[in-house]
Amino acid sequence: MTARIGVVTFPGTLDDRDSLRAVRIAGAEPVSLWHRDKDLKQVDAVVLAGGFSYGDYLRAGAISRFSPVMETVIDQAKAGMPVLGICNGFQVLTESHLLPGAMLRNNHLHFICREQKLRVENAETAWTADYTAGQEISIPLKNMDGRYVADERTLDELEAEGRVAFRYLDFNPNGSLRDIAGITNAAGNVVGLMPHPEHAVEPLIGTGGTDGLGFFTSILKKLVNA
Amino acid sequence: MSLDTVKHATGTPDVEQPWKELGLKEDEYARIREILGRRPTGAELAMYSVMWSEHCSYKSSKVHLRQFGEKVPENDAMLVGIGENAGVVDVGQGYAVTFKVESHNHPSYIEPYQGAATGVGGIVRDILAMGARPVAVVDPLRFGAAEHPDTKRVLPGVVAGIGGYGNCLGLPNIGGEVVFDECYQGNPLVNAGCIGVMKHEDIHLAKASGPGNKVILYGARTGGDGIGGVSVLASETFESTGPAKRPAVQVGDPFQEKLLIECTLEIFKEKLVAGIQDLGGAGLSCATSELASAGSGGMRVDLETVPLRDATLSPEEILMSESQERMCAVVEPQYVERFMEICEKWDVIATVIGEVTDGERLEIFWHGEQIVDVPPRTVAHEGPVYERPYARPSWQDALQADDAGKLPRPSTPQELRAQVLKLVGSPNQASKSWITDQYDRFVQGNTVLAQPEDAGMVRIDEESNLGVAMATDGNGRYAKLDPYAGAQLALAEAYRNVAASGAKPLAISDCLNFGSPEDPDVMWQFAEATRGLADGCLQLGTPVTGGNVSLYNQTGDTAIHPTPVVAVLGVIDDVTRRTPIAFAQEGQLLYLLGDTREEFGGSAWSQVIHDHLGGLPPRVDLDREKLLGEILISASRDGMIDAAHDLSDGGLVQAVVESCLRGGRGARLVVPDGLSAFTFLFSESAGRAVVAVPRSEELRFTDMCGARGLPATRIGVIDGESVELQGEFSVPLAELRQVHEATIPSLLA
Repeated sequence: MTARIGVVTFPGTLDDRDSLRAVRIAGAEPVSLWHRDKDLKQVDAVVLAGGFSYGDYLRAGAISRFSPVMETVIDQAKAGMPVLGICNGFQVLTESHLLPGAMLRNNHLHFICREQKLRVENAETAWTADYTAGQEISIPLKNMDGRYVADERTLDELEAEGRVAFRYLDFNPNGSLRDIAGITNAAGNVVGLMPHPEHAVEPLIGTGGTDGLGFFTSILKKLVNA
Repeated sequence: MSLDTVKHATGTPDVEQPWKELGLKEDEYARIREILGRRPTGAELAMYSVMWSEHCSYKSSKVHLRQFGEKVPENDAMLVGIGENAGVVDVGQGYAVTFKVESHNHPSYIEPYQGAATGVGGIVRDILAMGARPVAVVDPLRFGAAEHPDTKRVLPGVVAGIGGYGNCLGLPNIGGEVVFDECYQGNPLVNAGCIGVMKHEDIHLAKASGPGNKVILYGARTGGDGIGGVSVLASETFESTGPAKRPAVQVGDPFQEKLLIECTLEIFKEKLVAGIQDLGGAGLSCATSELASAGSGGMRVDLETVPLRDATLSPEEILMSESQERMCAVVEPQYVERFMEICEKWDVIATVIGEVTDGERLEIFWHGEQIVDVPPRTVAHEGPVYERPYARPSWQDALQADDAGKLPRPSTPQELRAQVLKLVGSPNQASKSWITDQYDRFVQGNTVLAQPEDAGMVRIDEESNLGVAMATDGNGRYAKLDPYAGAQLALAEAYRNVAASGAKPLAISDCLNFGSPEDPDVMWQFAEATRGLADGCLQLGTPVTGGNVSLYNQTGDTAIHPTPVVAVLGVIDDVTRRTPIAFAQEGQLLYLLGDTREEFGGSAWSQVIHDHLGGLPPRVDLDREKLLGEILISASRDGMIDAAHDLSDGGLVQAVVESCLRGGRGARLVVPDGLSAFTFLFSESAGRAVVAVPRSEELRFTDMCGARGLPATRIGVIDGESVELQGEFSVPLAELRQVHEATIPSLLA
């Protein structure tokens, strides 16, 4: 018995194949989802992968949010289906108001690609249960619009409710407020982050570490044990 | 203005035509009239002018490039050779790899962001047109002096353009180079390379055969950008006072290209095309004439069916436009419907613009009236060929006599230490991560090695771990001192870099960047460099699969250094055996492979310390390079070494510092008998590498080197937090890191 995890391809999505691979390596069944289909093919969870959906024209994630597939994803997420948004997927989640806040252009105005250290702040979400709170992980980061912002009240709320899921360590690569790298919704089923766990699931490839695999094993265990 | 039809042209032989403004010479125009037996129409003139430009026709370089086809080494890996969009080599397990390097130098000077961006876009479409999925890009770049104001104008835009386009396509950027030299001021070199992977049976060629087959143009709409790019920009010397040439630069849309890639790969998968060609330089003129001349029959095109971004474009402009993100496919009628469905799925506009005919002419119509009627080969392949005069420059002897060995050398340990720091912090030797961190190196999840490693490496099969590696190199300073040796040194360095990563070098592509072919000095450099490269490839057994020539890289009378950039592609059976450059394991032994001689001509040391360029470049010994390569590959495969770094510009000390910083460990070095500390550290003798050997493997490794006749000298050990030369000096890693990493951001950020 395994779980079916869908990965959405929007026009301009780049890391869909990587995410499908990560799902497979974790032991779950990867399922491709197409932006024009409302049908989620009975998946148990959805990954919104990184890239430049619709070229990031208008605003990163702003157009994808209105695609047919997102209508269903938004409904299902509200009903409790686990959804992980990575990078551009995180931007889609904030544009969809599944997560609060927004992403601005990096404060240094350049695209940045680096191996990034993070601290897992919340190890109780659907996507982080295989980590321990306070655990330090290192995974790739690569973005142009990665500067997380929200108003002070929202930030205080996120902090108070333990909804800051990941924080940048040692170096804040994009000017995100309070070093926030990723957040979760109150229910813990919707998680978004800028860095890329799907690029850190195999030794030798990418940064050479497997610190990102925990996202995919976490969700698999949760779904299989559910 | 009324339409200049074929009929009209026949009846009005004496009409004045703007052949000169379009970059044609008088005798070239006369030849077009001779071919057609009448004056060309405006549309025909437009086509000939772009296709007979230096950039498209290789008219000055062709006679020299022939050697690459004549001096072909025995190599059964070649599947498709020179002449197609890109060459294809067999890498085993049923996989084929296609790769190529091209230049986008002139547009990048005029408009750095778009010039560089569309350079990436163009090479990616070349690779795609062969039937392959693009899997990685590399970018060899040359700029003026790092502190010159114009470098600050050009470089950030070029880097942002490469990143902005490549990142958005989802192609990992795994290598390339950044070199600064005042000779490139006003003439930056922006070369772009791409690697694609396919199965043997998926190779596609650019040809239009089968009368009745449909010609489909798909991708972006055609606009007014890039008109005459190849003839105006890439084929003329810049005049500093000339008019702005911005309209001739194309504008890129990477999102459209990403859709084009996925759409095209899906079309390939269903085997729907009989022939395919990307639209790059010379746009539709190139695609239609090349497809038609490679096929069996002729072609008819109804030009008014081409979807336009600007409805006011004239037929001539449509034929010349270099709007990006377009492809042209030849499709059997029964597959057209399915072809269109796939394009619709990806939101890609596709239009049948014509069909293959059983005639022998390329015929183009505009609302039913014929405006082009030409034999397609005369446009695509039978352009002018020049035997440009060339002669060894009068200054060459004096340059070579100005021996760098006579330059003052450091006389105390303190001076030696200071020069080491100056070298590793100089713009050319400093860390380029401020630049390369603007490129995505992780996307696609197959990157095994990326810059600053010796070679970039990607896995191409997840089951078997088969991978390919690529390195690009080209030292213009060496080539200026001796273009024949310089080209071979570029080849040798890229070959060595690939071997140092553990991959077996298979074949090469080149991008030959030179000044004006109308200058006999430059033409001599070009002739020598191509001869050197062809001879070198024959000796190393690595055929030239294709490439690109960029001439007229000069402002006024001053040409750039001759800069042949060589890209070597290698294959590795198991990427888990790859060798990184990092010295990571305390206690491992450092061995210097090869011979170190007093060779400082063209060296980084002579440039950084003395601002000097003279003498002879390092001696070339390609048999030695081959042997070194074999040893590095065997040692990697059999687990005898844990790190390897090739020695090139900056010599041993540069390589050791890079490897130490990469691995976060120091090194204790001892000067070998018979060498001075200075020569040991700074010599740039070719055919060398430094390797880290686990103690348990030392005997096996030295036995292998001894048996094969490769000098291997133990020079130290990985140890501590400093780079120390025993009895001379020591520098903490933290200080080296500060000096090495601060330079580029302080100049450019």
